[in-house]
Amino acid sequence: MPPWLAYAASGVSLFAVGMSALVLHGEVMRKILAANVSASGVFLVLVALARRAPKGPPDPVPHALVLTGIVVSVSATALALALVRQLRHGAQLGPSDERRR
Amino acid sequence: MIPPIDLLLATALPLIAWRVLATDELPTSVVLFIAFGLLSALAWARLDAPDVALVEAAVGTGLTGALLMSSLRSMERPRPPSPWRARAIALVAAAIAVALASVVALLPRGALGLGPAVLARSEESGVAQPVTAVLMNFRGHDTHLEMLVLLAASIGVLSIQHGTASHGVDTAPTSSVVMMLVELIVPALVVLAGYLVWRGSRAPGGAFQAGAILAGGAVLLLLTRRMAPLSLERQMVRMFLFAGPVLFFLVAAVPLGFGGDMLEYPRGWGGSLILGLESALTLSIATILTMFFPQGAPAPRRRG
Repeated sequence: MPPWLAYAASGVSLFAVGMSALVLHGEVMRKILAANVSASGVFLVLVALARRAPKGPPDPVPHALVLTGIVVSVSATALALALVRQLRHGAQLGPSDERRR
Repeated sequence: MIPPIDLLLATALPLIAWRVLATDELPTSVVLFIAFGLLSALAWARLDAPDVALVEAAVGTGLTGALLMSSLRSMERPRPPSPWRARAIALVAAAIAVALASVVALLPRGALGLGPAVLARSEESGVAQPVTAVLMNFRGHDTHLEMLVLLAASIGVLSIQHGTASHGVDTAPTSSVVMMLVELIVPALVVLAGYLVWRGSRAPGGAFQAGAILAGGAVLLLLTRRMAPLSLERQMVRMFLFAGPVLFFLVAAVPLGFGGDMLEYPRGWGGSLILGLESALTLSIATILTMFFPQGAPAPRRRG
């Protein structure tokens, strides 16, 4: 088994672990972590596939795609966390406080 | 045949990911997630993807970790899922994993992909580093749209946070040791970011890595209250925010007026145009990533 295949298998299992946790857990923070883990799995499969040629430099196009993907997933995580904080803020105030404002 | 380090990394990653998601304590999960990110940066390096490793370490682990930490105060009670449901979901996930793994194993071995095509034309792109050539030249429109996604997300975060700004990070008065460390680290980070942009045309590095490192420095300054929170009311912040996307738009649109294609760089100008664009993008990316961070209490509000 070449090393890239080991990493690709690892990426596939990361995707599965993340996806099952995403469905299983009710907590929002844990769902965000799970989505990040399964995204890492997808990235790992892509970068592993770029390394299939036995010699020479790897394919730079999947690398560029993964670079873009990591940055986009940080944006999604930041937006999700802002929503979580807002949700908590609303829960702290409670419905009566909202009405009084 | 597989070097032991690769075998170790490939096995450790799913195990740590499982611990991240199965641990009861959320703070433990977040710390494990940061460890997971650093190990995956090691995996990118082993797969000859140093550009991805740099972005993963700076953005995927550093900034995401800081963001997760800052949102930790959880009010939710974890509800343990019913064992039957957990078993059923694990079974389905295992089936999907086996199916996907067999598809990956059936893919042609030794495929070169688009690597030779990129290398053959890298002379024309104006930069010697293939990943930078793909990001800034061959698939420049991807990077442009990525900038717009970042901009949209930061505007989203700002508008959601509008009412909760004062509930951001509470920083206790920092010790003088921390302050001295920050004073030493931040200038070094600025130099490092400049170096990464400059080297990006020939070696791993570029706007995203540099922007993330600058943002890391800015977050340190925010946490130690050395920097006022970024607000759209400051003209400097607006300028930094839009410098990258606007310059990218101009570079994309101007050739259309001279009978060229969108994002076509004039011959011989590729290298300098890419360096200029990357510098502007670095500033915008750093500003956007810093804005993702809860800006903290502007000043303790006195009541009564």
